[in-house]
Amino acid sequence: MKPIYFDNNATTPVRAEVFEAMAPFLAPDGGFGNPSSLHTLGQQAHAAMESSREKVAALLGVADPGEIVFTSCGTEADNMAVIGAAFAHREKGRHLITSAVEHHAVLHACDYLEKEHGFQVTYLPVDRFGRVSPNDLRGALRPDTLLVSIMAANNEMGTIEPIQELGAICRSAGVLFHTDAVQSAGKVPLKLKDCPVDLAAISGHKLYGPKGIGALYIRRGVQLHALLHGGAHEKNRRAGTENVPGAVGLGAACAVALKEMSTDEPRVRKMRDRLETGLMERIPFVFLNGHPTERLGNTTNLTFDAVEGESLVLALDQAGFTLKNDALPGLEVSTGSACASGLLEPSHVLKAIGVPMERIHGSVRFSLGHFNTEADIDTALDIIPKVVDRLRSLSPIWEDRQKEKV
Amino acid sequence: MNVLVAMSGGVDSSVAAALLKEQGHRVLGATLKLLRQETGFGCCGSTRDIDDARAVCSTLGMPHYVLDFADDFQKNILDPFVNSYLSGETPNPCIACNRFIKFDALLKKAIALGADAVATGHYAQIDVREENGKTVRRLRRAVDLNKDQTYVLYHLGQAELSQLLFPIGGMTKPEVRDAARRFNLKTAEKDESMEICFVPNADTAGFIKSRGEGQPVPSLSIGPIKDLTGKRIGEHRGVAYYTRGQRSGLGLSIGRPAYVVDIDPATNTLFVGEDEEGASGEAEVREVVWSTGNPPQGPVRCSVQIRSRHAAALAVVTSTGTLAHVRFDIPQRAVAPGQSAVFYDGDLVIGGGILLRSVPVGRQERTNGNDSV
Repeated sequence: MKPIYFDNNATTPVRAEVFEAMAPFLAPDGGFGNPSSLHTLGQQAHAAMESSREKVAALLGVADPGEIVFTSCGTEADNMAVIGAAFAHREKGRHLITSAVEHHAVLHACDYLEKEHGFQVTYLPVDRFGRVSPNDLRGALRPDTLLVSIMAANNEMGTIEPIQELGAICRSAGVLFHTDAVQSAGKVPLKLKDCPVDLAAISGHKLYGPKGIGALYIRRGVQLHALLHGGAHEKNRRAGTENVPGAVGLGAACAVALKEMSTDEPRVRKMRDRLETGLMERIPFVFLNGHPTERLGNTTNLTFDAVEGESLVLALDQAGFTLKNDALPGLEVSTGSACASGLLEPSHVLKAIGVPMERIHGSVRFSLGHFNTEADIDTALDIIPKVVDRLRSLSPIWEDRQKEKV
Repeated sequence: MNVLVAMSGGVDSSVAAALLKEQGHRVLGATLKLLRQETGFGCCGSTRDIDDARAVCSTLGMPHYVLDFADDFQKNILDPFVNSYLSGETPNPCIACNRFIKFDALLKKAIALGADAVATGHYAQIDVREENGKTVRRLRRAVDLNKDQTYVLYHLGQAELSQLLFPIGGMTKPEVRDAARRFNLKTAEKDESMEICFVPNADTAGFIKSRGEGQPVPSLSIGPIKDLTGKRIGEHRGVAYYTRGQRSGLGLSIGRPAYVVDIDPATNTLFVGEDEEGASGEAEVREVVWSTGNPPQGPVRCSVQIRSRHAAALAVVTSTGTLAHVRFDIPQRAVAPGQSAVFYDGDLVIGGGILLRSVPVGRQERTNGNDSV
């Protein structure tokens, strides 16, 4: 029985179109050239890179493909933006602003700058839906603020941040603005050329591209320090021989996303809504984390009261075992962010929106994607209530809840 | 049957999983994450055991999960372990881990996930018989007596025993290794770990020091070593670092071997003497459990094991509520508070508890009165 995959915010499968585009650059007799080489094979690889750069630029709504730098992943792109900007602009000041719900790729980079390089970081709070308030940003800006980094959409809840407004505040204050667009790219239209955004990070494997490739949009004229030093690759912005098959894959994925977003997004959103409402109707004491409307169409983060998230993830993955029925497929979901899972650290995102600790532990993220079908939703709506019921029937906390009700 | 196999990454639990899988059970592998390990540059942060368990599951074609019990472990094993040493005891953290983690928290989680039983790679057997129309289960020593682990499992009651499987309890260690080779398991030749799993480099003293510093107890500071007449004959590093029956590391030159006979944490004093003077004829045991759930009426003739590598000694045990009194036929050396006393009827476990106090022969008359232990 093929498992049902509801963990597309962790990673997505590679689409056939992407695989086919990459194949010639991985095949033993294929286009293995080094884009820096002057000979024909090198020039072919170079051309493939540039064609991909155009496709990435098109998805992000960027006028000049020269503003796109390929990186090894979304984390590298975020690090390059945050650390690279801090180092390049330290004469302006030592202060950065970010939010409490960012991905660790941004938070831990900020932490590093604070601990090792004497920078100061302000972590903006968010409201109960996970949104940063423009007024809070205005209040936090200082004359020595060099960078503001706020994600375009949150990976755990899907909440969409008011990037346009936040960016405009930064622009008028003359402060660089970076956005982690890893979860947004391919899911919502981005027109960065019309946005007051200076830097934006994306990742290949979140939009049906391969792992090992990401990109950073760097608005023309924005100065950064490089993280990697070596050859003159990527116009001296990122040393290291280019990942040609990866870049080609990212380009192909961006092209597919641009073409299909307008039809795919509403289809996925409809399935997500049916799953979300269906679960809330069938299961008592379920709560939505995240913004009810300003949210990615594929994500729903639910708290199942009196259920331990780790157990629920495992029991859904092994639905056949848990419900003693080998005909049932597994359901692949996650608690919060895959990058932090296995640690059982309570999600910093849910903490930031004020979810009480015991409810954080009962929170599960369902993130749908292109390959999900209405039949997946039917099966999920059949299996999840049964599994939750079983876990609750053995939970002492649930027993207490029942007593409270009486 | 649905079975969750607790897998440490060693050969024993690997073979337990392989046998159950071979018998046709629906099997899930789980490795427990017990420590909030710091990992990163310059620190080893080994997850080798988890990787080994995962590799074995992959070979066997069964799912594998890492379950995080670090909070439970900190609260129920690490903190009590340190506190026990600081109060002059010699704890057995494996027993505490079995009692609070594997056969409590993990067992509950496994049942919730749909398991009918939890299996481990312990060397122990479960004896099932009908008594007065009721099914009664007792732990029986493993076939391989060198490897027998019933000592660290004595607290298992009827409820737990009915939900446990010890698939290798009837095998010898060489048989287990042969089976591992037959199943082509990566762990077939893996060394056994004898150390306490959470103490780096087997340096218990260093671990206690690093964890116990700042606590308002004298047991980590220099104190007197006295002979059994009360004469000061040397200095020690702090009673937390010593255990009864210990011979080496005292730094004394008194012309004959000296053994730790007694530890007084209140005054941070170590009493040393001849080996025989450290033997105890009687002991009190706390947190006593009886396998059937019912304490025996009156004294029970049985044999009592007081540490992992101890040949159980004949004794009479009398239950006094949650405590029990043990009177050995022959005084036993190194009866160390904090270790467990396990009661056996032949090779069947009938109960046990944690050693609370015992007065060594050489300290007897002197402690009757003001200087009680």
